[in-house]
Amino acid sequence: MIQDLTSENFEEVTAAGTVLVDFWAVWCGPCKMQSPIVDAFAEKHPDVTVCKVNVDNEPALASRFGIMAIPTLAVFKDGELAGRKVGLSNLEEIEDMCK
Amino acid sequence: MDSQSFDILILGAGPAGVSAALTAHARGRSALVLGSDPMASPLARAERIENYPGLSGMSGRDMLAAMLGDLERQGIPRVAGRVTAVMAFGGQFMVSAEQDVYQAKALILAAGAQQAAKPFPGEGSLLGRGVSYCATCDGMLYRGKRVAVLGLGPGSEADRDFLESIGCQVLYFTGAQAKHVEIRGDERVTGLSVNGEEYAVDGVFVLREAVAASVLLPGLRMEDGHIAVGPDMATGLPGVYAAGDCTGKPYQIARAVGQGNVAALAADKFIKETGK
Repeated sequence: MIQDLTSENFEEVTAAGTVLVDFWAVWCGPCKMQSPIVDAFAEKHPDVTVCKVNVDNEPALASRFGIMAIPTLAVFKDGELAGRKVGLSNLEEIEDMCK
Repeated sequence: MDSQSFDILILGAGPAGVSAALTAHARGRSALVLGSDPMASPLARAERIENYPGLSGMSGRDMLAAMLGDLERQGIPRVAGRVTAVMAFGGQFMVSAEQDVYQAKALILAAGAQQAAKPFPGEGSLLGRGVSYCATCDGMLYRGKRVAVLGLGPGSEADRDFLESIGCQVLYFTGAQAKHVEIRGDERVTGLSVNGEEYAVDGVFVLREAVAASVLLPGLRMEDGHIAVGPDMATGLPGVYAAGDCTGKPYQIARAVGQGNVAALAADKFIKETGK
């Protein structure tokens, strides 16, 4: 299941394990393309926690991670930012990021 | 996902794109033509075309109008808008233009020679770090900030107005003004230089007539700034074809129209053979 992250639950959700975060917004066309790919990744990799941040609702999180373009994907490992990629990513690229 | 599905998506509404659309339609394929306003293309400024059989002496503008009229008469849809992203997924292509997403089984790239435009210094390295090709995608992340818009393609004024409406402070440069551009910054954009003048900005929106095909489809093979194609207009990426000026010189209507026809036939065959 894909969770929505907010400033309130961010630390708790990303604290342990591998967490993929999809920064998106409703007005962004490419984000609508990223979404089903992230869904497919989540289905294929139940060991990874998959989350979304709506940058419109969570400007503080977007600015904390310096999000300047969306979609941006970020990977956290045990609470540490381990990688990020700006722009559309395919399934293989997401899998590489989460390795 | 809210998206519209077609057999073939054609990126570009010039002679190659229109020709491809007419052929696809004749083959019973649903097609959508996507791209910037062709009336702002170099062809629309041609005073007289003397080498197109049967229509010699026509202006570029009249010829484009006649071609777009063909689309309308045959009920082939056309959406004016800049294509910002392309992705193959689940045996289909997804294409976003402005805020909408379209799906198709095959793609025909026909967005013209401007694809070969050289990026500005700093553009590639700072893409996603302050450089953006899409005002509607990234504009909201620059609310309250100072940004530059390089309005190099048609419709850029609308993007400037959009950015202003959401609270960006916008410096606007037309293509004629933005002659010598360098984008400044290491980790992220800090400014830009236009014709030797320095401006401090947080973001630079580079709005060309079309986002370069090689940026949209990173696996695309290019030759001398043009898309490399085989005799059937295949690009080497399965299901992706290219036609017209984006595939090379001479930049002529006759060549574009012929290639558009061949590309659509090849796309039709691809869809048939892959059983989609």
